[in-house]
Amino acid sequence: MDLENQKRVKDFADQYGPENIVVMLGAAESEASGLAAETVTAGDPTFAGPLTNVQLGLKVYHICEPEIKAEVNADVYDEQVGMMEMVMDIDSICEEMNNIRSEYCKY
Amino acid sequence: MNSVIKGAGYILAFTPDMVMQNGTTQTTEKIVNPDSEYLKKVPEHLRSYEEVLAYMPNQTYIGNMTPDELATYEQPWYDKKAPVCDRYGKYGEIMPQDEFLMLMQICDVFDLCHLEKSFVAAVKPKAEAHPLYTEDMIAKIKDGVELSEIEHFVNDEHAEPLYHEGKLVGYVKRAHDVDTNLSAHVIHENLVSKASCVLSLLHLIKATGINKDEVDYVIDCAEEACGDMNQRGGGNFAKAAAEVVGLTSASGSDVRAFCAAPTHAMIEAAALVKSGTYKNVVVCAGGCTAKLGMNGKDHVKKDMPILEDMIGGFAVLVSENDGVSPEIASDMCGRHTVGTGSSPQAVITSLVATPLDNHGLKIPDIDKYSPEMQNPDITKPAGAGDVPLANYKMIAALAVKRGELQKADIANFATEHGLVGWAPTQGHIPSGVPAVGPLCDMIKEGKINNAMIIGKGSLFLGRMTNLFDGVSFIIQKNSGKAEESSVSEEQIKSLIAKAMKDFASTLIADAE
Repeated sequence: MDLENQKRVKDFADQYGPENIVVMLGAAESEASGLAAETVTAGDPTFAGPLTNVQLGLKVYHICEPEIKAEVNADVYDEQVGMMEMVMDIDSICEEMNNIRSEYCKY
Repeated sequence: MNSVIKGAGYILAFTPDMVMQNGTTQTTEKIVNPDSEYLKKVPEHLRSYEEVLAYMPNQTYIGNMTPDELATYEQPWYDKKAPVCDRYGKYGEIMPQDEFLMLMQICDVFDLCHLEKSFVAAVKPKAEAHPLYTEDMIAKIKDGVELSEIEHFVNDEHAEPLYHEGKLVGYVKRAHDVDTNLSAHVIHENLVSKASCVLSLLHLIKATGINKDEVDYVIDCAEEACGDMNQRGGGNFAKAAAEVVGLTSASGSDVRAFCAAPTHAMIEAAALVKSGTYKNVVVCAGGCTAKLGMNGKDHVKKDMPILEDMIGGFAVLVSENDGVSPEIASDMCGRHTVGTGSSPQAVITSLVATPLDNHGLKIPDIDKYSPEMQNPDITKPAGAGDVPLANYKMIAALAVKRGELQKADIANFATEHGLVGWAPTQGHIPSGVPAVGPLCDMIKEGKINNAMIIGKGSLFLGRMTNLFDGVSFIIQKNSGKAEESSVSEEQIKSLIAKAMKDFASTLIADAE
């Protein structure tokens, strides 16, 4: 995850409390989604950014996960994500996100 | 009449020592984790010059393999040897590091870059033997300096060290004591960009055979900025590079738009020529030291060579319609506007579908698309996937949503309408333009009729806007000069004569 984004996530967690933050991802690949999810839960796996050794354990979801899709107006979802739904390997993204959440999520 | 693409030059410079010295992944690591295992392992994962010559994506970049040939080899490619391992190809060359350092010195006009005596003695004959260097360029090679002078400037004067095969062989000194915009780091970065741009220009001139005096304008579209504390991005890389090459009749300027800049610049060049402002416009860019070894950590973790060891460059000549060369359809450009939005769907619609809609065309009517052509060998191990393939899937999915393609055909779309990626991950370098040369060749060979070049840019990196950016244009088979509805000089003379005759008859009639 971009170093500046790590800083922003960390700042928001400090400002609002980590229990009040949900991080929403939109990466097209499960591996990239997993890396970002790991960064905001277990810490920066590349040991380069502000979240190095910082285990925020935030709630983190991908936009294509059913829990999130159910929260969004169907027309808006189709307009914004419909095309990408055909492109993304949704099963593998959901599996990756569930794995990261069950292992590292604190909330 | 539409302007045409007369040819392209593509070059790579092999710079393994700069991976450690100048790539931001490594320089950041040196600050954050100076004793890290990664930094210790980097040297073991750097390739030799012979290995980068044998690397198929590199041979594709300089034109010794076609993208279609590359696609016949199963990925990954780094463990396979190219059928051709030449330094020179039809578009350009893969320059070794020692010669590139000397080219940087040749391109330095402010006495900021110096090389060590024995290094100069060893490399100068190679520079003199370069088939494209001019006499003026060779005359700029300075005598070498003592190693003690280099050590002094590096240790005491904030100079940027130049290494070759792990040995200190030169330095780039700061151009100002206080101004960070003229620090040794920035001057080094800019000299690399300028030198790789110069090499691209030399190869473009060779590839197109254009007389240097006929180039009217040069547009540089790299991602670096040159200027001082009072105008940090003042410019002008374009004229600086044109000067070294000897384009004495050319003016120029820089276009900046992150990775989308090359496509913006191509559209502008096409318009400048079509409008008659200039006859021959060159779009060019050098490469970027910061991105060397950008994904190095993942490559090392997966026990691969560090594949981002190449500086890239390119140059394209846009000229008046010659009736033969592929045309740029200037009235069919796509653009991501301020109001477009940033969802992938909105982006692809604005760049791909909207310009086609305006001309009654459908997505499958374009034979080939060239979006972000990053080499998947580099990006896949880093978790970023196959970037061109992801783009083709998005274009295909949009075509399905628009009822122009069956859902079952999404998988085939990439093979039929796409190319595999082969360009180094140098930001603007892989963005649409690497395919301009190969696609123009395919059009001239009659293999395809048209192609769309798509440039996309991440503007948020500059922290001035969260907007996305992108533009696109279409290259098509030349429709031939004769089809254009123009009026010849003879026709004009005859029309004037007829009008005067009619007027005279009226006067005579009135007099009568």
